[in-house]
Amino acid sequence: MNTVAPLTAARGLALETVGMTKIFGSLVALDDVSISIKPGEFHALLGENGAGKSTLVKCIMGFYQPTKGALIVDGVKQTIATPSAARDAGIGMVYQHFTLVPCLTAAENMVISRSDVPVVINWAKEIKALEAFMDRMPFRVRLDVPVSSLSAGEKQKLEILKQLYLDQRFLILDEPTSVLTPAEADEILGLLHDMAKRGEITVLMITHKFREVTAFSDTVSVLRRGKMVGGGKVSEITIDEMSRMMIGETVIRKSAGRVADVKSKTHLELTAVYVDDNEGMPAVEAVDLRVHGGEIVGIAGVSGNGQSELVEALSGQRPLKDGRIFINGKPFEATRNDYDKFKVFGLPEEPLRNAAVRRMSVAENIALRSFDKPPVAGLGWWLKPSAMRAKATELIGTYRIKTPSPDTPIENLSGGNVQRAVLARELSGDVKVLIVANPCFGLDFASVAEIRAQIIDQRNRGAAVLLVSEDLDEILELSDRVAVMSGGRITHIAPIAQADRNTIGKYMAGH
Amino acid sequence: MTAGMLTTILIAMLGGAIRVSTPFMFVALGETITEKSGRINLGLEGNLVLGAMVAYGVSYETGQPWLGVLCAGFSGVFLGLIHGLICSLPRVNDIAVGIAMMTFGIGVAFFFGKPYIQPSAPRLESLPLGNWSDNPALRSALEINPLFFVGIIMAAVIWWMLANTRPGVILRMVGDSEPSARAMGVNPIKVRVLATAAGGFMAGVGGAFLSLSYPGSWNEGLSSGQGLMAVALVIFARWNPLRCILAALLFGAAGAIGPALQSVGISQGYYFFNAAPYILTLFIMIASARSGASAAVAPGELSIVK
Repeated sequence: MNTVAPLTAARGLALETVGMTKIFGSLVALDDVSISIKPGEFHALLGENGAGKSTLVKCIMGFYQPTKGALIVDGVKQTIATPSAARDAGIGMVYQHFTLVPCLTAAENMVISRSDVPVVINWAKEIKALEAFMDRMPFRVRLDVPVSSLSAGEKQKLEILKQLYLDQRFLILDEPTSVLTPAEADEILGLLHDMAKRGEITVLMITHKFREVTAFSDTVSVLRRGKMVGGGKVSEITIDEMSRMMIGETVIRKSAGRVADVKSKTHLELTAVYVDDNEGMPAVEAVDLRVHGGEIVGIAGVSGNGQSELVEALSGQRPLKDGRIFINGKPFEATRNDYDKFKVFGLPEEPLRNAAVRRMSVAENIALRSFDKPPVAGLGWWLKPSAMRAKATELIGTYRIKTPSPDTPIENLSGGNVQRAVLARELSGDVKVLIVANPCFGLDFASVAEIRAQIIDQRNRGAAVLLVSEDLDEILELSDRVAVMSGGRITHIAPIAQADRNTIGKYMAGH
Repeated sequence: MTAGMLTTILIAMLGGAIRVSTPFMFVALGETITEKSGRINLGLEGNLVLGAMVAYGVSYETGQPWLGVLCAGFSGVFLGLIHGLICSLPRVNDIAVGIAMMTFGIGVAFFFGKPYIQPSAPRLESLPLGNWSDNPALRSALEINPLFFVGIIMAAVIWWMLANTRPGVILRMVGDSEPSARAMGVNPIKVRVLATAAGGFMAGVGGAFLSLSYPGSWNEGLSSGQGLMAVALVIFARWNPLRCILAALLFGAAGAIGPALQSVGISQGYYFFNAAPYILTLFIMIASARSGASAAVAPGELSIVK
């Protein structure tokens, strides 16, 4: 394999699943799914979180053994027992989370992934072969620097290059654009689309973005609750039909209309805020930002550009290195007292980790803000579990939290219900300032719509809302003003009416 | 202080640095291999003491000091394998196991070592590299134990292997990103057990130096925490085998300050100067905790880094 065969000679593989079924205990994760992908096709696999997309792909890749069903590669029935068997069959996967080793260089990462690496590696020869390989590729990545110093886009390219270098003719991409700027996403998907069109590779892409389906895919399959619910040529299906297939009969809450010109005296102001990351390197630098009451300011950016650190600083999880935060002109410190005084609330990302105590009950978690105040507590320390429970029961009803009882540990709830419990705690009172970070990550459509509607409600009632999200569509849907964060700084800010995707994308990429 | 005294002190420190650095070097190289795989073995102090006992015992029984060195290495493999296998069980903490293995290794060494405290075993003879000089101090400083050179060669070999061989690159991969290793079909547990065993071998050989080099004896106070300090030394060397040599020489020189001053008759603060390596360890730990450069090259799977 030292001399990779020229790509023009190779062909994409055909792949077919027949009645693929996977049962975990009592859960049917995948129910009789048959899809057929022709050589050189760009096939999209569409579905909500938990619809069975990853299970299907893991069965193809040999991570799971299907309970029932067969896999046919290029007309031959195959049993793939391990990921390395998939590799030998020519099936390669680009994971959502990078599988590159950060401390190794790009060249080391590519060479070590081969199954036939000699014990002693002749780097001069390998680098020459890699350079020759790169020359035939539509994009290239620097070979001699550690992967940890590459940008997210370069890493994603390198993941794809690695699969092509391994001569994988069937590429599975798992939500490949979640870490990319819109321009990078378009570039990479466009190039893969062209390669597929020339018949060099076959692509199966997991996604939940309709835009990527209509722009780059030839065919699509839609999964819902483990079942195949539809599909076909992309040119023959409308986005509306696809979204109905994905969501099914679930009623989606319509978001309350945006009230124009909300009158509110609240305003949140960040002045020259500096925050360090875990390694003590500057993560947020000189951020000045003003959020008025009745306004949502959305901060867009590729993950890892300081957004998490900024949110952590505002939520008291990370010290400010320099700068001040003012609310209504008065200095704000991230203490319990100030949160109460200024009525600052938050919906952090990964709520189970950042906003809940895993093993405490749902009722206790809902009471985290109020357990030491009347009516739940007398004298500031005498807790009344019955009052806590009554309050929780009421909120569980209003916020439709699906839980066996208020006493269930919160870690036993599904992601959407944990987020609802946190919403119930944070939004049921009077909210003046709301800090929101990636509130809908990994949730199903119904929960997403619910949460977005709640955020808009708070805005309409006069709260100053700071929304940080890696999902540009979410930012564009919810914000009144859009800011872009890149390299720890706010590099661009515009009212929503003047915000356009391309300009924002450019600032996200740091131009 | 006269110029002559200064020369004497420096020569004594040079000799001391070379002598004291050898066990540091072996333990640090062993720890580097283990930590590169993503595990910490704090038990190498146990390997060191058991290695010293085994080397001395085998050398006494067979009359072959080099066979003793080899057996010391294998006693280290034995302890390393136990550590590696226990840590492969789910939810076992490598640091706690390491501390237990340290006391276990020392205990085993004391238990089997009792009969070897009195007798005298054949030593590893030093190479007289200072014969060209008329200065007796320099001549004695350059009586260098062959294991010192073995250590330097091993450092170079390990450094080369990490960069240029499949096992080396796989070791780094497992230590930096377990999910990537799994995705490539590498079994991280197997790699870690082997790396801990290999690290144990090196530390065992380091122990052989303690008992078989000049003056050469086995007793229960032989090691003075070199095995533990080597953990700090590895951080200081930023997991680079070649820097391990320099770091070991630095620790060796620090350890030689006290005896060197005593050799010219300065005995004030003797105990303070003897504490120099420990103080150095403390400062290195503080400095490295604040160092971004050290954090950037630390293997990503280490439990203290995560």
